[in-house]
Amino acid sequence: MDPECSRLLPALCSVLADPRQPVADDTCLEKLLDWFKTISEAGSSLLLLQENPCLVELLFQVLRPQDLSARVLSFSLRLAGIFAAQEDCFQYLEQGELLPGLFGEAGPVGQAAWTAPTVRSGWIQGLRSLAQHPSALHFLADCGALDTVFSLQGDSSLFVASAAGQLLAHILGLSMRGPAEGLPSLQAPDWPACAQKIVGHLEESLRSTAPPQVTQALNVLTTTFGHCHSPWTRVLWERLSPLVACLLEEDPLPAAHSLVDLLLSVARSPVLSSDCGLWETLAQTLRHLSPTQAGPLALGILKLQDCPQALRAQAFGVLLQPLACVLKAADQAPGPPGLLEGITGDSVTVDTLLSSKSACAGLLCRTLAHLELLQPLPQRPSPWPQAPLLGAAVTILQFCNGSAAPASNVGGRLCALLAGCVRVQRAALDFLGTLSQETGPQELVTQVFSVLLEHLRSPDSSATVLKKAFQATLRWLLSSPKTPGCCDLDPHTQLFLRELLPVLQKRLCSPCWEVRDSGLEFLTQVTRHWGGQAGFRHVLLTSEVPELAEQLLRDPESYVRASAVTAMGQLSSQGLHATTASPEHPGGQQKSLLVELLRILSEDSEGFPRRAVMQVFTQWLRDGHADVTEDTERFVARVLQAASRDLDWEVRAQGLELALVFLAQTLGQPGSHCPYAVAPPQATLHSPPAQALQALCRVRLFEFAFRALFDCDRPVAQKSCDLLLFLRARTVPHSGPQEAGGSPDVVSVEAALQRWRAGEQGPPLGDLEPETVLAVLRSMDLEGLRGALAESSDHVEESPQSLLQDVLAAVGVLGENQADCY
Amino acid sequence: MKLYCLSGHPTLPCNVLKFKSTTVMLDCGLDMTSTLNFLPLPLVQSPRLSNLPGWSLKDGNAFLDKELKECSGHVFVDSVPEFCLPETELIDLSTVDVILISNYHCMMALPYITEHTGFTGMVYATEPTVQIGRLLMEELVNFIERVPKAQSASLWKNKDIQRLLPSPLKDAVEVSTWRRCYTMQEVNSALSKIQLVGYSQKIELFGAVQVTPLSSGYALGSSNWIIQSHYEKVSYVSGSSLLTTHPQPMDQASLKNSDVLILTGLTQIPTANPDGMVGEFCSNLALTVRNGGNVLVPCYPSGVIYDLLECLYQYIDSAGLSNIPFYFISPVANSSLEFSQIFAEWLCHNKQTKVYLPEPPFPHAELIQTNKLKHYPSIHGDFSNDFRQPCVVFTGHPSLRFGDVVHFMELWGKSSLNTVIFTEPDFSYLEALAPYQPLAMKCIYCPIDTRLNFIQVSKLLKEVQPLHVVCPEQYTQPPPAQSHRMDLMIDCQPPAMSYRRAEVLALPFKRRYEKIEIMPELADSLVPMEIKPGISLATVSAVLHTKDNKHVLQPPPRPAPPPSGKKRKRASDDIPDCQVLKPLLSGSIPVEQFVQTLEKHGFSDIKVEDTAKGHIVLLQEAETLIQIEEDSTHIICDNDEMLRVRLRDLVLKFLQKF
Repeated sequence: MDPECSRLLPALCSVLADPRQPVADDTCLEKLLDWFKTISEAGSSLLLLQENPCLVELLFQVLRPQDLSARVLSFSLRLAGIFAAQEDCFQYLEQGELLPGLFGEAGPVGQAAWTAPTVRSGWIQGLRSLAQHPSALHFLADCGALDTVFSLQGDSSLFVASAAGQLLAHILGLSMRGPAEGLPSLQAPDWPACAQKIVGHLEESLRSTAPPQVTQALNVLTTTFGHCHSPWTRVLWERLSPLVACLLEEDPLPAAHSLVDLLLSVARSPVLSSDCGLWETLAQTLRHLSPTQAGPLALGILKLQDCPQALRAQAFGVLLQPLACVLKAADQAPGPPGLLEGITGDSVTVDTLLSSKSACAGLLCRTLAHLELLQPLPQRPSPWPQAPLLGAAVTILQFCNGSAAPASNVGGRLCALLAGCVRVQRAALDFLGTLSQETGPQELVTQVFSVLLEHLRSPDSSATVLKKAFQATLRWLLSSPKTPGCCDLDPHTQLFLRELLPVLQKRLCSPCWEVRDSGLEFLTQVTRHWGGQAGFRHVLLTSEVPELAEQLLRDPESYVRASAVTAMGQLSSQGLHATTASPEHPGGQQKSLLVELLRILSEDSEGFPRRAVMQVFTQWLRDGHADVTEDTERFVARVLQAASRDLDWEVRAQGLELALVFLAQTLGQPGSHCPYAVAPPQATLHSPPAQALQALCRVRLFEFAFRALFDCDRPVAQKSCDLLLFLRARTVPHSGPQEAGGSPDVVSVEAALQRWRAGEQGPPLGDLEPETVLAVLRSMDLEGLRGALAESSDHVEESPQSLLQDVLAAVGVLGENQADCY
Repeated sequence: MKLYCLSGHPTLPCNVLKFKSTTVMLDCGLDMTSTLNFLPLPLVQSPRLSNLPGWSLKDGNAFLDKELKECSGHVFVDSVPEFCLPETELIDLSTVDVILISNYHCMMALPYITEHTGFTGMVYATEPTVQIGRLLMEELVNFIERVPKAQSASLWKNKDIQRLLPSPLKDAVEVSTWRRCYTMQEVNSALSKIQLVGYSQKIELFGAVQVTPLSSGYALGSSNWIIQSHYEKVSYVSGSSLLTTHPQPMDQASLKNSDVLILTGLTQIPTANPDGMVGEFCSNLALTVRNGGNVLVPCYPSGVIYDLLECLYQYIDSAGLSNIPFYFISPVANSSLEFSQIFAEWLCHNKQTKVYLPEPPFPHAELIQTNKLKHYPSIHGDFSNDFRQPCVVFTGHPSLRFGDVVHFMELWGKSSLNTVIFTEPDFSYLEALAPYQPLAMKCIYCPIDTRLNFIQVSKLLKEVQPLHVVCPEQYTQPPPAQSHRMDLMIDCQPPAMSYRRAEVLALPFKRRYEKIEIMPELADSLVPMEIKPGISLATVSAVLHTKDNKHVLQPPPRPAPPPSGKKRKRASDDIPDCQVLKPLLSGSIPVEQFVQTLEKHGFSDIKVEDTAKGHIVLLQEAETLIQIEEDSTHIICDNDEMLRVRLRDLVLKFLQKF
């Protein structure tokens, strides 16, 4: 601890211990605890206490009967725990009778303060911190704290209850460490006292008829088996598994959710998973749980690395059950030999599906989400029933939009329950998108595309459903196979695109801005991937989509304008932007997109469209877009000028990005020096440095970068610093020995920089000479600046010293205010 | 209680309810789909329509070719359009006491009923309903009268000839009852019989029942009705909406605890969500106009058009349509737009508050001010000077058989740049378009029907819990085109009773109570006796006086003075003599005690048998049997009156008298 802090500490302790001086807020106490924790982790706590007796004094204050606030009490308990984590310090404190006083029966337990959840929470956290060594275990066994922890498991505060459970798991693990490590016998007397007591409590809870108690015990066990993989856990499981098995025989199953967690935690434990009985228990549980509860267990089982094939098959069957019901209800054969074939719609699943709209939607959404998680995993079941799953997803979507033909009463009821159910539609579209990773029988793929088209076309599709439908369509389009021997799109896709574009056209005219936005996003993505495909280009150019997208540059909604900018940027990059007469000047002058985007950059009132323009421009510069290469310098100059005036820091930062690309292109291939480097497509340009610097001066890149260096937003300043450092590294070696320092130009630039640093605006620098710039660059301490910028802006305010001062000042200020009142 | 169903159209109902002593007609909707069988009435001479070939029978017989014309494989009647009236034979309509109107669409048959059936009763409706209803009728009469047609076809209606005609003429029902449109004079006379009412106003009908209109949320002034007596309540739900559009929201709470709920006027397009359809409408409109095409929207002059204009108001700027003119053409366009702004109290809360700002409740006022929306009584006159294309035209009639819309169909039908967008759900758009085929114009069908859908109905029924639901038969099964959609029908317990045209339903509940007042002086004279804690009884002797469906118990007249010498017949002789009544008995007979009493009184050899309803006490010696049941006691003995009286007195000892 630095001396200044040591000096402030006694004052702090006396403020904390004084009930008349309320502490301003919890956050500073939390910060203090963090600080003490760091100190005690770095060195000896005992030494710390001995050097700062005020701390022990503070802890003793708690024992005195007085009105300490709950938050200070809680703080002291946690602080004591942090110190007592080290065994020597623990003993020091125990000798002073401090620990029994804080955590024993004489402490806050049972006193009035105990009613505050924050005190109970502090008590538990204090114990959790100190329970690190054998001495702590003895202490816990002796002072009766365990019984209190048991009762806190059912605390009204969820945080306290959960922390109590975790503390028990921790103590159990700690007590089994050391002498008991290895394989204790099943017999209780061989176990350490603490462990005996906890296990006894767990056994009792598992036998209890009250579901909350069972849940508590299961949660403790889940934590234990999840965190500790020592051999003794195997004995513990052997001892407790008969009780768990008894739970499985009850109907209804108590605490099903926690039971699933426990079983999965046991199954994941490397020590326990070789137990054959466990697989039998899991199989039994799967049979026993309701379809809604069984899903998470089935998914967990399928994620396990090594588990018997039969159990995996059973678990997969459980997951697929609801989908099998749906397929059956629509009288769809589950397709060519797939896993669904063997699964008949279980009547319990059917009952759950048909019980109510929310139950039906809930079960289907959960099932689809589970399968979506499973799909990309390497250990997913093989063979993966792609075709039946595709069929099921399509059928669910058809039920939702009323186009499915139900084959039975179950189907009719499903149809009524699912009609227009947005939640299920979204889940099914997501799932359908995931399934695009693999293909399926052509007939089914055709169905997929037609159901997607139906959703995109339907006036009843809500905005969120449309978004998902666009996303799924994109994934399926991009995964569709190319015609062998031909680089263009296959005929089915072409046909689909021809039907899709009129729909997209209509969606771009939707009165709902979310829909227009998703439409534009889709257009951007599909153009990015397929802009070069002749088939796509043809269909797109014969539609009105590009014109509509351009019109949306003037949309009243800023998100839509931003998306339109991105889309138009992409279309233009791919040469898909047909320049048309603008509506204002019918038949008149042609208006270039570049001009329109520049207008948005300088005039748009919202940040999103301007950021999008900057991104498009940067991309255009990288790609050597025709409109840019026409006069690159003029382009860069105009963009930088607009960006430098922008109020949005992201636009300014993006301006630096663009400047960097220009820099790289002008100075030639920067190699590994620059993390942002992208090789310009038209081969590297090795312009002579002087000429290159002239160009940089002409576009006023330096003025932009120098201003940005003192930007009030740190990311902009950092970026500018990086850019100038890169520039200096590239140019200074070339600049030769001439010394321009002291010239009048340099002086004026440096003066301007000083003013900017001070936050003044100041006039523009005007035309700069390369030599002046180089001289300024050489004279600047850019490395130092980078170091300063790398530190967070509040690094000074965050220091412990400042924290202590703050706490004291706050109290002092409070005191003054009180005086003012009188 | 009976319900006479005069119309089979679920959204244009006309039912008569006989309830207590009143005869109440619920709505009188006019089924105008019959006009689809007729050729359109062009405003301007149309060579295409006038040159259509006459239709001849298969054998070449062409005697109908003056009446029937053929167009693209369909046959149309070349005559003044006619409407299918509600059934007039099922019940004598002159006996109808009152007509309750629920919204302006459901009153279009009113002149036929009030002017031609001997009807002498009263009509009740809210003010906006009457005013807008008048506009609709005025428009209809105007559309038809301004294009007089010399010919009136009737030959084809002959049953023997109709059989030979192609569908749909062959299958048209009750063609003999189809009538031409009424005149303005009849409209005025019919409307003069209407009594204006406000929401929640209670109207007494002959003291027998009370009727109350409630807001139904569907249109300006639209109402549902409660018809109730003291102990019975019938709710009539017609054309209601739970969506937030311009009218006041629907009052659901007042529909609770109905014995019978008559449910009509649900959405005609249950699969189309109005929001989605509005989106579809806007997108298609924008796409057409962008390409230089014109948009035609056949519509009624009031109702959904207000909401459409409001949507467009918000949409046109975003879609870059600010320079496109919107035309609203109807003989009543001006009145409709102005009326909508003055019925503030009938509007939704949001619009009501605007009135105090002060701002017009509907934004179409601003569209008119900024010249974006222009309205004209017809295509003649100013409109032809201002007309600029591309444009959007709202005009009637949605059947496409008369009105200015016919002109635009002829004018724009040939170009595929133009689009006709159907928003009114009342007519099948394919049938409406049939006489215009072949048609190059694009057709978009986005019916906007804000009335209740089946999900909303099932929620409503769960909420208000009527004992019985009565509805048109169409609502008790899924639509024929989507027979698998079990969600598109009314699902309630007990199942809804359904009706069809010309059917009489006996409503399934019996009236069990009637309220009777007791005059204060009579009530004063009563001496109640408590027979159980909280229950007191008193005998009442009184005269029941019934007048105007109100029942009053009055004190009985004083006993007539002893007859005087004169034998003159007096009024009081007619009053029945008030005989001294036997006292009423109450209580129960405890069998064991009764047996003990019998024994005390010298009866021996007593046997008690338990029966299902009570006990039988056998006095074997006396060969006598006493049957004691819950509400009766019988003493059966053979001709021993003495014994019977003795036993009777013993029984009576156990009972209370009053």
